Amino acid sequence: MAQVQAKPGVPAARIARQAPGASTLARPTPQSNPDPALNGVQMTGAEAIIRALECAGATDVFGIPGGAILPTYDPLMDSQKLRHILVRHEQGAGHAAQGYAHATGKVGVCIATSGPGATNLVTPIADANMDSIPMVAITGQVGAAMIGTDAFQEADIVGITAPITKHNVLVTDPAEIPRAIAEAFYIASHGRPGPVLVDIAKSAQQATTTFQWPGRIELPGFNAGARPHQKTIQEAARLLATARRPVLYVGGGVIRSGASAGLRKLVDLSGAAVVTTLMARGALPDSHPQHLGMPGMHGTVAAVASMQKADLVVSLGARFDDRVTGALNSFAPHATIVHADIDPAEIGKNRAVDVPIVGDLKDVFEALVPALAAEHERHGKPDLEAWWAQLDDWRTTFALGYTPTQDKLSSPQHVIQRLGELNDPDRTIYTAGVGQHQMWASQFIKYEHPNTWINSGGLGTMGFSVPGAMGAQVGVPDKQVWAIDGDGCFQMTNQELVTCAINEIPIKVAIINNSSLGMVRQWQTLFYEGRYSNTDLHTGHGTRRVPDFVKLADAMGCVGLRCESDADVDATIKRANEIDDQPVVVDFTVSRDAMVWPMVAAGKSNDEIQYAKGIAPEWDRED
Amino acid sequence: MTKHTLSVLVENKPGVLARVAGLFSRRAFNIHSLAVGQTEHPEISRITVVVDVEDLPLEQVTKQLNKLVHVLKIVELEHGRSVQRDLLLVKVRADARQRTDVLQIVDLFRAHVVDVSTDSVVIEAVGTPDKLEALLAALAPHDVREIVQSGTVAIGRGARSITERALDRVATA
Repeated sequence: MAQVQAKPGVPAARIARQAPGASTLARPTPQSNPDPALNGVQMTGAEAIIRALECAGATDVFGIPGGAILPTYDPLMDSQKLRHILVRHEQGAGHAAQGYAHATGKVGVCIATSGPGATNLVTPIADANMDSIPMVAITGQVGAAMIGTDAFQEADIVGITAPITKHNVLVTDPAEIPRAIAEAFYIASHGRPGPVLVDIAKSAQQATTTFQWPGRIELPGFNAGARPHQKTIQEAARLLATARRPVLYVGGGVIRSGASAGLRKLVDLSGAAVVTTLMARGALPDSHPQHLGMPGMHGTVAAVASMQKADLVVSLGARFDDRVTGALNSFAPHATIVHADIDPAEIGKNRAVDVPIVGDLKDVFEALVPALAAEHERHGKPDLEAWWAQLDDWRTTFALGYTPTQDKLSSPQHVIQRLGELNDPDRTIYTAGVGQHQMWASQFIKYEHPNTWINSGGLGTMGFSVPGAMGAQVGVPDKQVWAIDGDGCFQMTNQELVTCAINEIPIKVAIINNSSLGMVRQWQTLFYEGRYSNTDLHTGHGTRRVPDFVKLADAMGCVGLRCESDADVDATIKRANEIDDQPVVVDFTVSRDAMVWPMVAAGKSNDEIQYAKGIAPEWDRED
Repeated sequence: MTKHTLSVLVENKPGVLARVAGLFSRRAFNIHSLAVGQTEHPEISRITVVVDVEDLPLEQVTKQLNKLVHVLKIVELEHGRSVQRDLLLVKVRADARQRTDVLQIVDLFRAHVVDVSTDSVVIEAVGTPDKLEALLAALAPHDVREIVQSGTVAIGRGARSITERALDRVATA
């Protein structure tokens, strides 16, 4: 018999500590009941749901009532602790819960009814699963006696979401409601965060039960995370102290862990180059001199090249996603790989790892920083001068930039850059949809803090921006939230502007309106000989403008502004910032010919990065 | 591809089999056979999965399985150090004339006849997949009407029990 664990040929006992699977399981976790007087109180299952959400610490929930969740909406009306935001589409509730969770670090909560209500949550649940966002989805289910009969609005949402949740459960016994909800919050927020769905039969909501908040969480098969193994920490420290071309490859795990302060210490102490992935923008201030920007398909040349030429890549809460690595077999070909992640399954998944570290990144930094300091004392600091000369050369030669448009329309990059410059990075949160505007927002806005950049990374969900911004604004009311969106994305979820207007959630939306599905169009330009199949949206300059975003904003109770030239960009942004009692939508009509550069074409090696169309760095120069 | 036999101890909760099976298909792993049943502890079920996979992807699927909340423990049972058995039931058309031949094969493979009618027998055989394959080959010249096979079940040799520690966990939980 052999324990099946991390590395073949390595004694099981040793591996078990590195990659804790079921063999080092979480012991029951005691938890206090915030309201002990509730225990033993008779109530309906519906009221138990509300009390359990309150006990779990929820304060804001997003949802829509419907038949199978109706019983729960009755006691919800009387809750003193829960603010319910009535959204216009369940997908909006889900993305809002994500934006809320991302901005606050708390567990986001969304509520929907059975059947179509529940299936409308599928996209945000899948999104939260890919981007490791702690979220609890509560769905009503048809009465227990009717389950399996193809009843009205019945859908097997537990079956549907099993592959895209961290965990899910169907509750038919009202007595199980408090425990199910307590466990859902625990699972969603411990270990690698993720979405948990609790599907509750209408019959369980209507039945009477005795409320009992669990005194401890008992999940014998759940791995809430382990302390990093000291031996691998020491090995990582030794490598960092001796590498000549080290790069810290920072992923969203640093943000989820709340480990930015620890990262900063490691960055400063190591002197290594740093890249922050799309999910990690803001984990290290963009103003930090060792920060090379974003790696990957649309990363900076310096960030991409640094890993291609590195002799050591230390991955911190990143997962070697294909959009970062390009063709995997030629990614970081000279580098020793240290991979720190809370999820043992990420280690070695895509790229073979030399030094695996399993643990929460906060703990990793806490251990790694003193270990590195000790190595420096022993060996002195490494000489990184040549490395930095090379990196600085790339940085200056291939700085982020863009060419002015030929059609006299605004450059989308200019609009986004000015948004970043005219808003205070300490007081502004940005969200984005998916596509060109998202890449430009990641490239051209300078982020100084974690959780100020919120987007859909892994799943790439168009339409994330507006509801995501709504959730972030509810969670962080004292910051300004700018939703940067495309005209395609905006038309997928803009109905939540109504929710924002009615609930006084004053988000601001910048539609980067190029009148087309811009990123698809860019690929059609580059790879399909300019055959623009079904990417024209007729919303921009010189079109019929259907819809007219300014009129649409007005109809939805928002202020609508339009900006059609570079000269008006600053004034329009300032005007939008002056309005704080209503959501604002700005229709920035921009050129559709602008493209996102640099670019590594899909499936190509990162060595083939193009700085702009037809311009590729000459790698031989530095050798 | 190499066949690996995994014993997956799971909490006996609704949907857990679907989760485990779903994980294999979702991560594009091929399940060769799957068997599930209760253990000596009513709260724990044991799933035996035989999967066609190389070592490295096996490590990945094992780690992914470990992330399922109701999965308690995963052990690979290597062929030399474990007993692995399948159950086979075969219905063969055999009138009085052919029956002797068929029964000879049954004896040869230490199988059993568990049902007889005037023109057919049902044979029950337990063994390794290789043995059962050989039995089927021997029966091939006869009129085989129906075959049904269980998934492999497997247990480690020697005194050690893989459920003990998992049991502790459920008991202390």
